[in-house]
Amino acid sequence: MSVRHALLALLSEGPKYGLQLRQEFEARTGDVWPLNVGQVYTTLQRLERDGLVEAEDSSEEGPQKGFHITDEGAAELAEWLRTPPDFSSPPRDELVIKVLVALGLPGVDVREVIQVHRRYLIVLMQQWTHLKEDESRFDLNFALVVDAEVFRLDSLVRWLDTAEGRLKRAAAGVAAPAPQPFPLPKARRKVGGPR
Amino acid sequence: MSYLELRDVTKIYGEGATEVHALTRIDLSVEAGSLVAVMGASGSGKSTLLTIAGSLEDPTAGEVYVGGRALSSLSRNGKARLRRQTIGYVFQDFNLLAGLSALENVSLPLELDGVSARKAQGAAMESLEGFGLKERASHYPDQLSGGERQRVAIARAVVGGRQLLLADEPSGALDSTNAESVMRLILEACRRGMAAVVVTHDAQLASWADRVVFLRDGRIVDQTLPAESPDTFLADLPQS
Repeated sequence: MSVRHALLALLSEGPKYGLQLRQEFEARTGDVWPLNVGQVYTTLQRLERDGLVEAEDSSEEGPQKGFHITDEGAAELAEWLRTPPDFSSPPRDELVIKVLVALGLPGVDVREVIQVHRRYLIVLMQQWTHLKEDESRFDLNFALVVDAEVFRLDSLVRWLDTAEGRLKRAAAGVAAPAPQPFPLPKARRKVGGPR
Repeated sequence: MSYLELRDVTKIYGEGATEVHALTRIDLSVEAGSLVAVMGASGSGKSTLLTIAGSLEDPTAGEVYVGGRALSSLSRNGKARLRRQTIGYVFQDFNLLAGLSALENVSLPLELDGVSARKAQGAAMESLEGFGLKERASHYPDQLSGGERQRVAIARAVVGGRQLLLADEPSGALDSTNAESVMRLILEACRRGMAAVVVTHDAQLASWADRVVFLRDGRIVDQTLPAESPDTFLADLPQS
């Protein structure tokens, strides 16, 4: 999450001071990503140094010091909004690594390892989903944040389900390559288009 | 108190060399007011579990209690009456009768149970209203959207004060927004006191439940504890 660009977005609505930025950031992320006030000021100083925001002439020093976005800041924000995050190379996913390692270890029940992780993910998903039950705090921003987290966790559960299905088919002798011990990818293969 | 209880339930199909153990020694309790999800892959025994819980099939061994009554003690007619009066079913493909309006689909189970048509239709209209379908009551299933059809199916499952709701992949082919509405409605029915079991392979559906039970090869292999309160969860999130 780029605090820098989130602050630029808030300032694109009009001049604001530090404390106000922090409150608005938290409100718009459904209070799910609390922001430390020190982080707000450090970020504002960097934005000011880079010419992306300017302090208001009339405002005082301290928590009431106001800032506004510059033309360069607005251009930076527009550019950032349209730049896709880097999904081109697979992340080194700890969950994937643990399951791959378990596959090569004698005496380890891989299905049991998978289930431990599946249960943990489902408990997290239950917690996020139950936040949605109380519709009084279920505004659009909050819903989008919760959905994103639920979908992310769901994709991991689906991977575990698929892994278990593949293991079952492999055990039943359906044509599938035998697992290699520690089949960790040595080199990361670039996938996806140019960046 | 548990409204539904499966005690040491086993289901075997076929015999000898062709014997298939669909369920093995299942223990499951569902309290009134709570939603339990049973999660498992295709062929794990989820649907068998639901048909046995709903008295549509008998277990090979073990006992099922619904509202404190052992199903094995009931006659065929007694089970049919129990199903009509206390159990609502929601299926993946909704199973609405195409020749009946939404209102008639919802009132049918009551009329089959001997409730007068007038009273049954009154209760059905009340149930449809509760799901925001008052204006659609006279529409036929093919005039309703997928989401509306599933809401009619849920209205039918809870009509007339039923106490146990059994759902098999209740979001069917609905998109995720409509699937969420379905789970929200089922959860609301639970909060009004129904006991509900949803079987699904879908983690997003299962995560609406108070408790998730994992089924593999006909056995319960694991389950989650009842979820902690949303406030505790939010307060425990790491600070950035």
